[in-house]
Amino acid sequence: MKTKTTLLSLSFLALVVLLGAPFVGITPLSFSHVIEPAGGTMDAVVFWHIRLPRVLTAFLAGSGLALGGMAFQALFRNPLATPFTLGVSGGAAFGAALYMRLGIAFAFLGIPGGTWAAFAGAILVIVAVYGLTRARGGFATTTLLLAGVAFSYFLSSMILALQYSASLHDSFRLVRWLMGGLGMVGYDAVLNLFPLVVTGSVLILMLTNELNLLTIGEDLAMSRGLDVPRTKKVLFFAVSCMVGGIVAVCGPIGFVGMMAPHICRLLVGSDHRSLFPATLLFGGTFLTACDVIARLAFAPAEIPVGVITALLGGPFFLYLLLRRDSGSLLV
Amino acid sequence: MTLPAYAVEHLSVVLQGKEILCEVSFSVETGSSLAIIGPNGAGKSTLLKTLLRLTRPDRGGIQLFGKNLLWYNRSDLARLTGYVPQAGEGNVPFPVETFVLLSRYAYLRPFSHFSETDRQIAREAMAQAHVEALSDRMLHTLSGGERQKVYIAAALAQQPRVMLFDEATAFLDYRHQVEIGELTEALRRETGMTLIAVTHDLNQGVLRYDRVLALKNGRVAFSGTPEGLLEKGRLESIYDTPFRFLKEPGAETLFVVPGGHAS
Repeated sequence: MKTKTTLLSLSFLALVVLLGAPFVGITPLSFSHVIEPAGGTMDAVVFWHIRLPRVLTAFLAGSGLALGGMAFQALFRNPLATPFTLGVSGGAAFGAALYMRLGIAFAFLGIPGGTWAAFAGAILVIVAVYGLTRARGGFATTTLLLAGVAFSYFLSSMILALQYSASLHDSFRLVRWLMGGLGMVGYDAVLNLFPLVVTGSVLILMLTNELNLLTIGEDLAMSRGLDVPRTKKVLFFAVSCMVGGIVAVCGPIGFVGMMAPHICRLLVGSDHRSLFPATLLFGGTFLTACDVIARLAFAPAEIPVGVITALLGGPFFLYLLLRRDSGSLLV
Repeated sequence: MTLPAYAVEHLSVVLQGKEILCEVSFSVETGSSLAIIGPNGAGKSTLLKTLLRLTRPDRGGIQLFGKNLLWYNRSDLARLTGYVPQAGEGNVPFPVETFVLLSRYAYLRPFSHFSETDRQIAREAMAQAHVEALSDRMLHTLSGGERQKVYIAAALAQQPRVMLFDEATAFLDYRHQVEIGELTEALRRETGMTLIAVTHDLNQGVLRYDRVLALKNGRVAFSGTPEGLLEKGRLESIYDTPFRFLKEPGAETLFVVPGGHAS
């Protein structure tokens, strides 16, 4: 009962933010101008062509990142394991950066090359991290996270090398993108993100019982009848889809994937059947709200949303790390 | 003749280059009970995990109800075997009811949800293990003994034909040891379930089982009845320590006490 109320409140909050955020900005918009059927007014252009796609992108990216984090936390049974902390976002970023640097442009199946490159990068890092966890028949939490940090460092120096060798213009573009931002998006971005985030989310939604089983530990999950290797592969694919798509469009935005699922666990508990909708709603709302702050904090200048999430996420990460039971998984 | 629940032949398991089990053979009749004993590091838990296919055998074969263990898919396996690990650690962030209900996973059709029947079976399993009063409690707030009983309830909800216990009473206080011992006894008598248990406690557990398998350094050191285990010199050679055998005045039961000088 309490869970239902919480989910309803989260839906309401999401709706308010989704409807409200496009109206907030340095130029205040009047509601009547925006919905004028003739369009054409300056307000309508700002609303429909600049702010709305941006808000939708933020919501999609936030939801996707949060769900990816939720899946990884259950999969690795670790509160600090997310695509970002394990270097998967870094892999996607390197893939996308390499694509930008090489200057080749292609699209396949209607999905732009940058997204494919990011997806490939994400998959490669996941396979590497997964390989590490299998290498010695088991893995310690700290080993896994340290490996993730090592991957991230390695990949960011590779990206630095790419950037160093790029022209000034390309280099600037890379840096801005790497900070994680939603500034340069239009409906193209929304259309790119939508199928990937939806695919990933639906796959994860179909696996809520499986995620619950993974939470109780692999051996026990297997003894309950779960095909653990197959489930993992599907989850890895789902997360790579989402992270690849999001990173290619918005850059590696950190910490949403870690914070949103944890806050939602405090709100609705760890059962993924209620955690899934809560995380989706909260993640989307959170990133959209962060983006509004990013637009307004130093207006008219705009700070990348990744800076805001990192400013909030860094201390939160430390809090989780220092909590007495941080070693004790997902409670 | 009914098929044995398990028939294990020449089983060897190598983990990280170390041979944990070597040429282990035994069988477990349907409806009977088997205690697996042996010193630390003898390979008892590995054997149990191999029987559940949580660890793959390197050589040799395991037949479960006449069919190669490797040919089962996971959910069929889960309908036949219930696993009760030590509930000591392992942080489970669910309420008891959710945890027990998850055991019905093997009966779930793809992409469907647990039915009222599943809930009913979960409730019955909780009643059987005397944990129905705990159903709304979070697992990590329970005491070790309560948690262990919840793990048993969860395995029961799978409605398996074989239950496999991995030191389910180690580290529990005496009351819980006795309760869990009685619970497994009742299961055996009333449901005709096959029981396989790794145990350390020679007195509480072993003597009540139909058969005993003792492992030492990954090999079978003894396989037979509990009475046979008490023959002179047997336990000493398995555990490399002297034992004393005490008889309760006026009773037939022997008690085994490690240490002291064998007389």
